[in-house]
Amino acid sequence: MGKHILFEHINIPGIENFSIYRKNGGYASVEKALKMTADQVIEEVKESGLRGRGGAGFPTGLKWSFLDRKSEKPRYLVCNADESEPGTFKDRYLMEKIPHLLIEGMITSSYALGAKTSFIYVRGEYMYVIRILEKAIQEAYDNGFLGKNILGSDFSHDLYVQPGGGAYICGEETALLESLEGKRGNPRLKPPFPAIAGLYACPTVVNNVESIAAVVPIINMTADKYNDMGIGKSTGTKIISASGHINKPGVYEIELGLPVEEFIYSDEYCGGIWKGRKLKAVVAGGSSVPILPAELILKNAKGEPRLMTYESLAEGGFVSGTMLGSGGFIVMDETTCIVRNTWTYARFYHHESCGQCSPCREGTGWMEKVLHRIEHGNGRMEDIDLLVDVAKKIEGNTICPLGDAAAWPVASAIRHFREEFEYHVRYPEKVKNPKHFELEPMVSYQVSVNS
Amino acid sequence: MAKVTIDGVEIEVANGTTILNAARQIGGDLVPPAMCYYSSLKDSGGKCRVCLVKVAQGSAKDPRPIPKLVASCRTPVADGMVVENLTSKDVLEARKGVVEFLLINHPLDCPVCDQAGECDLQNLAYEHGAEATRYEFERRTFDKIDIGDKIKLHMTRCILCYRCTFVANQLTDGRSHGVLNRGDHSEISTYIEKAIDNDFSGNMIDVCPVGALTDKTFRFKSRVWFTNPKDAHRDCKKCSGKVVLWTKGEEVLRVTARKDQYGEVKEFICNECRYDHKNISDWIVEGPRHIDRDSVISQNHYEKIDLQKLKKEVERQLEFQKGKQLPESTNGSMKV
Repeated sequence: MGKHILFEHINIPGIENFSIYRKNGGYASVEKALKMTADQVIEEVKESGLRGRGGAGFPTGLKWSFLDRKSEKPRYLVCNADESEPGTFKDRYLMEKIPHLLIEGMITSSYALGAKTSFIYVRGEYMYVIRILEKAIQEAYDNGFLGKNILGSDFSHDLYVQPGGGAYICGEETALLESLEGKRGNPRLKPPFPAIAGLYACPTVVNNVESIAAVVPIINMTADKYNDMGIGKSTGTKIISASGHINKPGVYEIELGLPVEEFIYSDEYCGGIWKGRKLKAVVAGGSSVPILPAELILKNAKGEPRLMTYESLAEGGFVSGTMLGSGGFIVMDETTCIVRNTWTYARFYHHESCGQCSPCREGTGWMEKVLHRIEHGNGRMEDIDLLVDVAKKIEGNTICPLGDAAAWPVASAIRHFREEFEYHVRYPEKVKNPKHFELEPMVSYQVSVNS
Repeated sequence: MAKVTIDGVEIEVANGTTILNAARQIGGDLVPPAMCYYSSLKDSGGKCRVCLVKVAQGSAKDPRPIPKLVASCRTPVADGMVVENLTSKDVLEARKGVVEFLLINHPLDCPVCDQAGECDLQNLAYEHGAEATRYEFERRTFDKIDIGDKIKLHMTRCILCYRCTFVANQLTDGRSHGVLNRGDHSEISTYIEKAIDNDFSGNMIDVCPVGALTDKTFRFKSRVWFTNPKDAHRDCKKCSGKVVLWTKGEEVLRVTARKDQYGEVKEFICNECRYDHKNISDWIVEGPRHIDRDSVISQNHYEKIDLQKLKKEVERQLEFQKGKQLPESTNGSMKV
């Protein structure tokens, strides 16, 4: 049984209520932090080695230390709860089940950063989560953990929840800030970074829900103890939302360093591939990270077993590796059509591109149309190289990472499953049915040509 | 002051200058093209991505290169920075890609477009685009919209540079012009197609790099290269009154603001000057307008030719062509 620190009390009935949360040791980190100086709290988070849980994996403590403290402007903490990556649903589960954990983390983190006001920007589709959070915030106000002079100290804090309008792009931190200011959610050009000029041009820190929640156990158990969990630079635990063709899809808290094979096949986690089928591919960190075939996700190119850590999943770069990303673990069995799956992702990114910069606005639509053509049996061999070229011209040339996120899945699918794309071009009549690989598994076409 | 090197040319510029403006201070071919940046409009730039350059050395203090290509119009220089534009293969490759992206949904209706001949996208396409398109799908189209009684918005041609929205925000009062929808469905529009009624709204036409916003009083009157541009001014209470008259014989076909060598207007003009004074007698004509950019307009020799300059250009071309002679035929079969 892996160690749970975020989800320790998640199954206690009524944990969403203040009294029960408090009885189970809730808000202890606020009490503890208020006795420390703000710098000590930041130092603790830095030492814990906590890395951003939203996808990029940037060290949280380091991000906090970039905050412009000399400025006389107010500082803000913004929690990014605009979780919209296909395959990622960990934050929703956390906020829904144990909202006080996030609020407690917000108060502790705000104290460390010296923010008098903070915001939780929640995805618009999570309306019921917003109601849960608002009720929990009211309880925190009623019990003196929010508002003026928290617990008799001179630290005062106000926390607001802001629903988003339902755009994926608003999960990009600067687009989120634009949206929070009431503007069109277009990403900003960086520099300046939010730590210097963020919300209302004031110094701002934007953190993922899970990163902020993780501050609570770090303060409670001290950085040293937190550090003991995990491997190397991947410390602590990570919430993984597992979906796809597995026996037990769901949200799991794992200790970083768990072997991928164990995560997929052990009964404690995913419980193996459903219907006794074989594993074909895994998207390890939400739809935007490169897809990996079974042989590369279980073991890296050197033959070492892959672990659920930032470093191990990235081993081999983009040639044979991927990213831990936001922890949206999507498993595909042997009947999955990779072309169809890639087309679905491309359709999503086409729909969600903000349209501000040219490569992403035009390129995402182009890739979607070409993939649609291939998947529906109208493709040509040169389309495959065209896709690679378009993806290459989007990647790295856009304002925000959405362009990369749109290009990586396409480029990696072709890199690892080129044969399958060629199969679609070669046998158009076989792929007319959307469930083609369920009806007839793809056999390597070179073999079928020779026989 | 900061010392930067762009394509091997060193220049010292004020701190905070962008790479693009530093390159413009050097001038010549190494200046990156710009479709969305407009120096007199605040916050413009960064969107079209044609001005991407490579920063091979971040600064003297931190010589590491910037891993991704950067938008030169919005990236400030640092002391000791080394920038590669034409000397970087990556930049040329990326720029070619961006031009292709800008063109895949563009209608390419240059033969009937009023902007043809003075269109930034046309110039850019000639310079960097391929001769054929790889895009075989139906292109995006929109209905044409009247923005007020003088401006026609032809959204199908738009490349979403956002310049006109900055004009609406910064030059006119009352924000009723912006971007609707998302992604490749984004469109420029006024608030529920409300007419823009403002003294400076006509400047949207001048800042538009393509033929998306055109002057309704000029539409389909003439190709620009058949008109004769003249610098002129009048005493105006609202603006500087310095304009260019585009004439045919004695008739004034249209009035625009004056554009510099990068196609940018430095002194915006009011709608009264633009639309209401189409008599040459209303104006004090200064002389022929020099068109700085390579354009078919300047091919008509409306201005006096500088023979010295022409001679220099011919010499430069000859020098350039040296050693590029066609290979001689080896088997003589080419003889006719």
